[in-house]
Amino acid sequence: MSGIAELLEGKRVCVCAGSGGVGKTTTAAAIAAGMAARGKRVAVLTIDPAKRLADSLGLPELGNVERRVDPALFEAGGIEASGGELWAMMLDAKQTFDQVVREQAPDDETRDRILSNRIYQQLSVALAGSQEYMAMEKLYEIHASRRFDLLVLDTPPSRNALDFLDAPKRLTQFIEGRALQVFMKPAGLGMRIFGRGATMMFSVLRRITGVDLLQDLSEFFQAFSGMVDGFRERAHRVNELLTDPSTSFLVVCGPQGEPIAEAVYFHRKLEQAQMPFGGVIVNKVHYETEDAEGDGDLHADLAAALSDEELAARVAANFDDFRALAASDRRNIERLVAEIGTDAVIEVPYLDEDVHDLAGLMEVNRYLFASSSEEREAIAASA
Amino acid sequence: MRALLDKRLVIVTGKGGVGKSTVSLALALAAARAGKRTILCEVASQEHLSHVFHSSEVGYHETQMAENLWAISIDPDESMREYVLLQLKVKAMRDLLFRSRIFTYLAAATPGLKELVTIGKIWELALTERKVKSGRRYDTVIVDAPATGHGVGFMQTPRTFANVARVGPMRQQAEALDRFIRDPKRTGVAVVALPEEMPVNETAALERDLAEEVGVGVDRIYCNALYPERFAEQEVERIESAADRANGVARVACRAALAEARRARAQREQLARLEENCAAPVTTLPFVFTPQLGVADIEGLVEAVA
Repeated sequence: MSGIAELLEGKRVCVCAGSGGVGKTTTAAAIAAGMAARGKRVAVLTIDPAKRLADSLGLPELGNVERRVDPALFEAGGIEASGGELWAMMLDAKQTFDQVVREQAPDDETRDRILSNRIYQQLSVALAGSQEYMAMEKLYEIHASRRFDLLVLDTPPSRNALDFLDAPKRLTQFIEGRALQVFMKPAGLGMRIFGRGATMMFSVLRRITGVDLLQDLSEFFQAFSGMVDGFRERAHRVNELLTDPSTSFLVVCGPQGEPIAEAVYFHRKLEQAQMPFGGVIVNKVHYETEDAEGDGDLHADLAAALSDEELAARVAANFDDFRALAASDRRNIERLVAEIGTDAVIEVPYLDEDVHDLAGLMEVNRYLFASSSEEREAIAASA
Repeated sequence: MRALLDKRLVIVTGKGGVGKSTVSLALALAAARAGKRTILCEVASQEHLSHVFHSSEVGYHETQMAENLWAISIDPDESMREYVLLQLKVKAMRDLLFRSRIFTYLAAATPGLKELVTIGKIWELALTERKVKSGRRYDTVIVDAPATGHGVGFMQTPRTFANVARVGPMRQQAEALDRFIRDPKRTGVAVVALPEEMPVNETAALERDLAEEVGVGVDRIYCNALYPERFAEQEVERIESAADRANGVARVACRAALAEARRARAQREQLARLEENCAAPVTTLPFVFTPQLGVADIEGLVEAVA
């Protein structure tokens, strides 16, 4: 399997997807830094407030506006940026949502009605998928500005790793769906949809919800109705961008059974949604870096080298544990390759140190950007 | 530790991939072994895609798993239905609502409503007088909380919702839930973390946010998957020089030992940071080397969590 540079050749958007806790943010940042070091103008959009990562990129904090990482940091790290640039931003879903409302609202009054509505205020933080939708929205906006050669998106650590795929669709369905029609004018349209008895039904519903909630809902949908077309149009364009051949989805996972199973599932979902799949990055793999099969007596050799039988036994026991982990990782990755039917799998070993600075990202990149699996194994063996 | 499992409701939270489900299971087993009638709640259709792969028997019904131990997977749609049933005593009214599907629309239109009824169901399980007819009385309810980007999200739901619904029965309901969650006598919070840079930072931030935004304290932090310190410092030096002398497999084994020692040490530093930056007491749980967690491995954790 070749490296990230080849995978992303000619691509303008790279979406890193996967469930939580698999090193997605770090991988996205490493890819962005690596592509910048190869002369590209790159922006990485992250959702996680990874403070230390922001620090390491020399940014006091990552805000809703992209900021450039100081080129001096690259030079200090001995990296020749050769004309490339690295920008980073942290997405704020609420701010982005507000901004979209401001742009889409037909007039100031509507804008203010929406922004001050209680339903809206919770919507932008609590509606399942709204954070995902806003990530897509921001991605689209920056893409449309054409200021970067490549955008790398770290998808939200969502409850379901797939939420963002249909987030745009879900939001438009939400605002234009029946719910909208029902609550926009409970008396009028509700009557038409539910027929006779609608008034009674709403009065039953009010017993549960209270009057105000229904009123707020109605107000919110009325204010929002004028913006439905704008939202639908944007959602459509976001979807076009995601399915465009110049976009590449990378699935990030860990080598254990469950994350691997999720990666397989995710790959299938991407294919169903006709999203361009690029490859899988497996983080924290326990490599068997060298041929561990020998014909000698390991215990005897260790005891001789250490001149300590007891310590030799513990070193051997530790080795057995790690070999078991490596063997298990190997089996899981083989299963992954078999299931997704491609060898587009890049393995990054379990590094001895946590990655939290540019040097660490570059260490990860030795693997991500290596041109073949053989080269990766050689790097791991010499580490 | 007694204190945590003496609460009626124990919420186990933390970021994805830290072993929250395993710790929840170990806690539930520990409570059940201590003679408490315990139920372990999973929140359905959340992070756990595991359902998709090894679909278990656990559904919305309370299923007995072991002596004193039951499990339930809480489905928001089922919770919503149950909620309406409990609210409307008149059968004709319920039928009217369910036939029209208007409640489905309400759930779709009202942000946070599904999350609210999910917490509502958890609360209902923890009541000494269950609202569900002939509901079993539990001593301890353990919740494997959904992993969210912002850890407080789940626990903040009732308060968030109380702000959406200004007055009315739903607001009262939300306020009752909020009080229950914030009552340290009844509700306990455990956070699962890993001894790594980012997870330590996130755990400290979560503890602070829970205090400031929700008004709850963390009772216990579990530092999961800690490597054993197999080699003393002076032994590491001897292994280093042995690695230079040895060949073949013995050399590889020495290097594996050195890698383990480095990681174990780096983890101890992170553990120290965790203890320094968090107010709650930290309990460590060992890294389990067997790839598939078996019954014996869980046994070890049951003792460690309690």
